[in-house]
Amino acid sequence: MTTPTGRRLRRLEPAAISGVMSREVANFRTYWKGTTFSSILEPIVYLIAFGLGLSATLVDEVNGVPYVQFVGTGMVATAVIFSSAMPAMFGTFVKHRFQNTYDAILAAPVDVEELVSAEMLWIGARASVYGCVPLLVTIGFGLDPAWGMLLVPIFCFFTALGFAGFGVTMAAIVAKIDQFNYVTALFVTPLFLVSGAFFPINELPEGFRILAQLNPLHQLVELVRGGAFGYDEIDLIRFAGLVVFAFVMWRIAVNRMEARLID
Amino acid sequence: MAAIELRGAVKRFGPITAVDGLDLEVPEGICLGLLGPNGAGKSTTMRLLTGQAIADSGELRVLGHELPGDAKAARAEMGVVPQLDNLDVDVTVEDNLAVYARLYRVADVGAAVDRGLDLARLRGRRREAVDKLSGGMRRRLLLARGLVHEPKLILLDEPTVGLDPQIRTELWTLIDDLRTRGTTILMSTHYIEEAERLADEVAVMDKGRVIARATPAELIAAHAGTHTAEVYGPPERLTEVRAVAEEQGLAVRPAGPAIAIVGSERAGDGAVPDDAVIRAASLEDVFVLLTGTDAE
Repeated sequence: MTTPTGRRLRRLEPAAISGVMSREVANFRTYWKGTTFSSILEPIVYLIAFGLGLSATLVDEVNGVPYVQFVGTGMVATAVIFSSAMPAMFGTFVKHRFQNTYDAILAAPVDVEELVSAEMLWIGARASVYGCVPLLVTIGFGLDPAWGMLLVPIFCFFTALGFAGFGVTMAAIVAKIDQFNYVTALFVTPLFLVSGAFFPINELPEGFRILAQLNPLHQLVELVRGGAFGYDEIDLIRFAGLVVFAFVMWRIAVNRMEARLID
Repeated sequence: MAAIELRGAVKRFGPITAVDGLDLEVPEGICLGLLGPNGAGKSTTMRLLTGQAIADSGELRVLGHELPGDAKAARAEMGVVPQLDNLDVDVTVEDNLAVYARLYRVADVGAAVDRGLDLARLRGRRREAVDKLSGGMRRRLLLARGLVHEPKLILLDEPTVGLDPQIRTELWTLIDDLRTRGTTILMSTHYIEEAERLADEVAVMDKGRVIARATPAELIAAHAGTHTAEVYGPPERLTEVRAVAEEQGLAVRPAGPAIAIVGSERAGDGAVPDDAVIRAASLEDVFVLLTGTDAE
């Protein structure tokens, strides 16, 4: 596609994607303090409540790992899903239905695929930073730093991409904002509860154990613990699974948003 | 080359046909007012032109680009000012402009922002959040945002809907400046005065089609003649006057508490009462006669 001025316009143009992301950055500058404050405070509160509280009374360690470190590494997954799926669901819905932001963006030389890709990339990038906060807090609670942890932002990024795609898809499907309650109750909460963040999933009945293997958050939890305590060969397959999850959710999100935004 | 060419464009939403075989050509350098009642298909036409709606059938070409295939390239060269304010309200004035300068691939974003600030007369408030601006300032900023890449064609979708008269006049001045500089403008509106004041030509749209098109003066001459007689009185009297006028083949329309006998210069004896108020025929007369809808 070429304009009369000779400028080529292709699919997935970096200029379109960075333009949409620059809008997100401009908005983020207005609310980053609150988001950052809560993303740091929440893991501290959880670690004190679950980690120190439970480990002092009920659970001392899990698989040889002090419980506070077990929960702290697991909470990376909690931070990732709550900083990807939730903002993708609510942010997309509000921008589309209440603020008419997408009408303005799509009146520029940006298509739905670029719009969705940019939104997902921004959420993925943000969640990959916020996802690491519980790990850093856990280091403050006695977890030894390890070189393998340097890969954690990458694991968080791909997981967050997938959940951002999930959130965008849900925003394209639901008719009213209240319906996100169903999405949260049916998908988000069960996914993070059976991720292995708070207890090992091998304690669950067999059916749940099999389902947990299909849970991207569980794979993320295992990868983060691999980063902290040592990787296994199977972790490559786990990572590949997260990449596939992100890709599939991206295509579904683009498809659903095209159906929603283009009459 | 026409800036916009639509041939037999049809857009349906389930059982509703919003655009029904629309033919529309907008030559370069003019301001065409798309005048029609609510539901006439004006906004759908605008969305067809930006590729945000896909026609079920028909041919659409904007600035030489076939739609919907080349919609992205067409959008790069046109600006859109929406009906609803969709500025980012927490973000500063200059960031609102900068984001769209980037989206439109403007090479010198800083210069584009300065140009937009000048156009919107908001240089002194560039670092303020949009939600601190008055309604008129926001509307000027919305216009400046649509022009940040200096487009050849601009689509104005009900640009002054819901604004108070003072802000409306301010915007009309800005739009008139654009027209004078040779930018092609397609402006949908349901305000008669806006169309009369700004448009070189007016296309009256109803039920998804253009039912009349010409300059405002030509439309008035063709459909409303030279004079309109407004008759006031109790309903029974108005009914009698209407019957006499219609017997003589004159068009009569309601006009608030009165009735308006359009083309009253052609009236025979007794059709126009002595106490009628005679005024020049207007575009509003044409609009109401053609669409059967009261104008605003």
